[in-house]
Amino acid sequence: MSALRITIDPVACEAYGYCAELLPEAISLDEWGYPMVDDRPLPAELMALAKRAARDCPKRAIALRETKNR
Amino acid sequence: MTTNTAPPLGSVHQLLGHPTDLEGHLDAHGPLNVALYPNCSWEQSLVTSVEASGLTGRGGGAFPASIKLALARSAGGGGTLVVNAMEGEPASDKDKVLLTWAPHLVLDGAQYLAALCGADRIVVCIPIGRDAVAAAVSHAMGERTGHRYARVREEIVRPSDRFIAGEESALANWFDSGLSVPVFRPDKGTPLRIGKRPALVHNAETLAHVALIARHGPGPFRIHGMTEEPGTCLVTISGGVAHPGVVEVDRGTPLSDIAMLSQPVEPVQALLVGGYGGTWVGPGHFGTPYASISLRTIGAAAGVGVIVVLGEGSCGVAESARIARYLADQSSGQCGPCVNGLPAIADDLARLARGQGDGVSMARLHRRLRDVNGRGACRHPDGAVGLVRSALAVFAADIAAHGRGEPCPNWAKPTSFRFPRPIGL
Repeated sequence: MSALRITIDPVACEAYGYCAELLPEAISLDEWGYPMVDDRPLPAELMALAKRAARDCPKRAIALRETKNR
Repeated sequence: MTTNTAPPLGSVHQLLGHPTDLEGHLDAHGPLNVALYPNCSWEQSLVTSVEASGLTGRGGGAFPASIKLALARSAGGGGTLVVNAMEGEPASDKDKVLLTWAPHLVLDGAQYLAALCGADRIVVCIPIGRDAVAAAVSHAMGERTGHRYARVREEIVRPSDRFIAGEESALANWFDSGLSVPVFRPDKGTPLRIGKRPALVHNAETLAHVALIARHGPGPFRIHGMTEEPGTCLVTISGGVAHPGVVEVDRGTPLSDIAMLSQPVEPVQALLVGGYGGTWVGPGHFGTPYASISLRTIGAAAGVGVIVVLGEGSCGVAESARIARYLADQSSGQCGPCVNGLPAIADDLARLARGQGDGVSMARLHRRLRDVNGRGACRHPDGAVGLVRSALAVFAADIAAHGRGEPCPNWAKPTSFRFPRPIGL
């Protein structure tokens, strides 16, 4: 069983914060404005928004990755 | 950085304690042959021996050497065998001592694995500034060339001396870009590459063990240590001790027995295990075996082979604050949570050490530790978080007193820890 998870490339990320605006259900910002991702698998209804967050990230720091369910 | 070239202390002598020159090395260990199994090629025999030995990486990750080797071979072979002797940890001397006193053992281990992977070069990474270590290795390489002993070409490279430079992705990156900064790898199982070709990066001590396991099979290695975690390992002991230095001990030796080898100068209140990104251990756990499987049960890890002794006349809060500051300064500057979070955590802890903390700053520190953990491209921020969390647990009574504005009288004393340059509070 596998599921999609949001991963953030912390080297590329420059804290634009658009992702947390688009997807507050799964992404919050730390006190310095960098995104923290909910570790749970992404619910199907958020998939479209997550794809948009990945597409709209100015630094291309967001990816949706197939990960093994633990 | 001081280079400790004193002969090693210690009780067992698998790696250390043999002659340093090539002739003496060959007398002690025999020629560069592989212990063969019936009906097996040398390649199969070597793979079997490494796997059966149970050897784990001695650079901090404690990852099984056989799995790392299989990954490198599956990447298609060829490329570079990297000997990682960067040893950026200020409290560690083991790789410096090993390369000074047993350079041929390390180079032999590299030859065995290079041959197995089809690597066409061996590169020993020694930081700028450690000229005595580089000279010892260079001399050893010269002896080997003279004897037509080494099959795969051996060379030395000198990256900058930074804490993070030895992180394996940072090291591979340095070869390509000249920058010692870690690379974000979502899948850590992806083999490292230098240019387009595979790179197998092994810690110097791991390779020294390989040199013996390849020659003699897994038996002599497994006589030492624990069944689950066999072999000997090198540990650097420092802090409040009369005889700081490197010891070779059986994996699984109780922490207190290892610390005693260096003769603590006063009663011990805590041990820092695994380096500056490691874990404080309090007196209740001094009997814990020095092995990953045992240390894991108390929330610690073997890490790089380091034990720092904190005597009762020192302030654990202040020493932890200095270490947190040092680790913050050593961020490679790439990832926001590390760049911003580690200095903020160090500030919180320094305030606490000075007796200026309060409930608000404690709550903030806890939140920051939670927020920063696991959010870097490498494990550097996680090490800092673990160090501070263990300080909060082991020095809980002190922390509470400091938090009430009643810091212990020892907080302003000079540090008994090793830092490349002074760290203020």
